[in-house]
Amino acid sequence: MDLISFGDKGWGDELFIATLMTIAVAITAMLIGFLFALIFTPLKLSKYKILNLIANFYTTVVRGVPELLVIYLFFFGGSGAIMYVAQIFGYYDYIEINAFLTGAISIGIISGAYSTEVFRGAIQSIDKGQFEACNVLGLKKYVYFFKVIMPQMLRLAIPNLSNVWQITLKDTSLISVTGLVEIMRQSYIAAGSTRDPLFFYSFAALLYLMLTYLSMKLINRLEKNYSRGY
Amino acid sequence: MDLELIITSFPKLLSATVVTLKLLSASLFFGLILGLLFAILRLNNNKLVSGFAYVYSYIFRGTPLLVQIFIIYFGLGQIEYLRTTFLWVVLKEPYWCAIIAFSLNTGAYTSEILRSAFQTIKPGLIEAGKSLGLNKIYIFTKVQVPIAIKQSLPAYGNEIILMLKGTSLASTVTLLDITGVAKFIISTTFRPIEVFIVAGSIYLFITFLVHNLIKYLEKKYRYQ
Repeated sequence: MDLISFGDKGWGDELFIATLMTIAVAITAMLIGFLFALIFTPLKLSKYKILNLIANFYTTVVRGVPELLVIYLFFFGGSGAIMYVAQIFGYYDYIEINAFLTGAISIGIISGAYSTEVFRGAIQSIDKGQFEACNVLGLKKYVYFFKVIMPQMLRLAIPNLSNVWQITLKDTSLISVTGLVEIMRQSYIAAGSTRDPLFFYSFAALLYLMLTYLSMKLINRLEKNYSRGY
Repeated sequence: MDLELIITSFPKLLSATVVTLKLLSASLFFGLILGLLFAILRLNNNKLVSGFAYVYSYIFRGTPLLVQIFIIYFGLGQIEYLRTTFLWVVLKEPYWCAIIAFSLNTGAYTSEILRSAFQTIKPGLIEAGKSLGLNKIYIFTKVQVPIAIKQSLPAYGNEIILMLKGTSLASTVTLLDITGVAKFIISTTFRPIEVFIVAGSIYLFITFLVHNLIKYLEKKYRYQ
């Protein structure tokens, strides 16, 4: 128990902060993913073939390539790309983007591809009559989307979004390769300095289990809230 | 864009594909056996037995694959007793550690897929088998398993693709699979985009093959 005590002797406080970091990265990545889904879902459902193609390219490539490879692309290529853009505007110093942002963006792009598919499926399974009714009533676009389509879409999407959240949460462990101190990285450091990898990695597994269990409970509550009319 | 790097890195990544495919096929093979075993245990009437299978699948589905590999590769070596047994021959090799971790992981997901497939079989079919006087093993292998395979094909296809992506984690325990070699080339040339295009295309090509194979099998085993 000494190993996970708080204070100078144990790794408890470090691991606690690392857990908060994992949660922060996962939530940021999920939100970035929603942003991507907000852009690509309409493209997927668009009438124009070329827009469909762009959206399909995004979801197929991101879902078919290992997460680790995407992270390496951003880890090694991220600052290079930003420096390239900066040079166009006449800024020639070295720019380094921090590990948190690299991780959150790369996981966010992955999570966005899954979210896009979920939203597409949810919108497509809404009854056609709902869309027609909105047109007949002459509702404004804003009301039409936020008051009619969105609530129905969320009800259908939440169970699948909970899967996306679980995937995103577990994917954050891969960011440890970039050096961001989240659960996995902190366990690696602790295991290295105490020579007790079995204990620390098992403890990390326990922390992840706790996170997935708690988020499951929370999402179930949300699901009940959104399906109360049924 | 450095076209020369794309051309020179292609054969290196292609030879690493062999490692990835070996890892994938071995883990899918062992994972399928584990999955079938745990699906059967899960459907057992004994609460203790089904509870054990549930805990197994819950733990392996609720934690990241990276943690599982690290526990097996770095963690188990720490137990002095294991070092004296024959298991150490297997556990000191990162290759086998990766396969063990992948098999256990995909086994957990496969058991869930197969369990739901077995549960959707109509009881009438099993009763029909019983009334024909077939014994339990015969009903299981000739009635339940074929139907379950048909039911679980689409979900299992997804699981194969997830596992293909999962094999990339073998690079974290020093194995040189596609991702491992890609990382090596990136860190020596600092040209991530070119390498990503080549490595990504190889992965996408395998995904494409798996997708079509499953589609073909689904068509072949459809109900007449």
